[in-house]
Amino acid sequence: MATVRIPTPLRKYTQGKEEVSVTGSSVRELLANLESAHPGIKERICDEAGAVRRFVNVYVADEDIRFLDNLDTAVKDGDEVSIVPAIAGGR
Amino acid sequence: MNGMAHVIDPTGEPAGLAIARAPVLRGRVDSVTELIGDTPLVRLRQIERDCPGVELWAKCEFANPGGSVKDRAALRIIQDALARGDLPPGVRLIDSTSGNTGIAYSMVGAALDVPITLVMPENVSNARKQITRAYGSEIIFSDPMEGSDGAIVHARRLVDARPDRYYYPNQYANDSNWLAHYHGTAPEIWAQTGGRVTHFVAGVGTSGTIMGTSRRLHELGAVHCAGLQPDDAMHGLEGLKHVPSSLVPPIYDGAVVDETLWMPTEEGWDMAERLAHQEALFVGHSAGANVAGALRLGKRLVAEGKPGVVVTVLCDRGDRYFLPLRWEKHYVW
Repeated sequence: MATVRIPTPLRKYTQGKEEVSVTGSSVRELLANLESAHPGIKERICDEAGAVRRFVNVYVADEDIRFLDNLDTAVKDGDEVSIVPAIAGGR
Repeated sequence: MNGMAHVIDPTGEPAGLAIARAPVLRGRVDSVTELIGDTPLVRLRQIERDCPGVELWAKCEFANPGGSVKDRAALRIIQDALARGDLPPGVRLIDSTSGNTGIAYSMVGAALDVPITLVMPENVSNARKQITRAYGSEIIFSDPMEGSDGAIVHARRLVDARPDRYYYPNQYANDSNWLAHYHGTAPEIWAQTGGRVTHFVAGVGTSGTIMGTSRRLHELGAVHCAGLQPDDAMHGLEGLKHVPSSLVPPIYDGAVVDETLWMPTEEGWDMAERLAHQEALFVGHSAGANVAGALRLGKRLVAEGKPGVVVTVLCDRGDRYFLPLRWEKHYVW
């Protein structure tokens, strides 16, 4: 089980929860399971081709998966996975 | 007379010198704050090819000395606060900002000797933090997961705890914000287009630009004004707000705009790239979104068989958004 931190704009899919527990040995599996538990959320994170959207950053234990193995980045039990929009919004 | 030809000049100076001096005087100001506003309007000749018969123009807000459209609001907010006596010596101006406003406050604050404290989400780019610090501002970070709304809440908490230390102008609720555009951006656009402007489009951030410019343009003529928002709460158009899912800025009044354009992040980002390639305008993503919105209006006019003069805003330059390099992977956004 990994802990996934959900940014404010996506909490409508998680009943307002800031963190959810999800299983998966890779980010790809984890996002698939996140979608099963919270339908609609994956489309906000990934594009039609399944890649992480350009403006979304996914971190596994504080490391950006773009600098690891992208969607194939391994996720261990107890890891914290953060989904963070690349920007903060508002001027 | 000794037979040499003399040029008679009423100022007593040789004519050549007088001509050389004129542009020097015109470009000379007493303070950096006088360089804010009166930005150039540039025609987008290449993008315009997609909507033949319609003119597309953009205000070069990146030409402001702090590098963005936010210089206008920051100057007006601080000038008005000083005039009201809200910023006596020892009181710091504090506000929540993800970047450009912070840079603008920092520059104007340094120019007018007003100390500045900024609250920003920890995930804003490192460059933003360094620029504001360069002007001597104090930075306090809020939770990156809470976005700009989290920064607003955090700033309010600090002010509530020390009301004697801080003046909180709250750009989202401050009339000086939109008035800067009512008295500046709008009349400039009107004059620069010779009153020919038919459409104006700008993104909603604090909504200062769209509210102030639209209000004045509506008074000056029959100008159709469109507010532009990200199409989803989860977006990558820095500076813009998806109003339905955000704290609604008190200065935002939906009745002021004639319509809202919903902009996907990718469309805005792609247009920002195209502007750099085709117009040699390397601008930020919100500027890209604004031009994408202007082009949509242009294409709609073409479909309706109408001409038009569409004006939008280039909020800032693209070099404010450089991505980290691979060896800088431990960056904090």
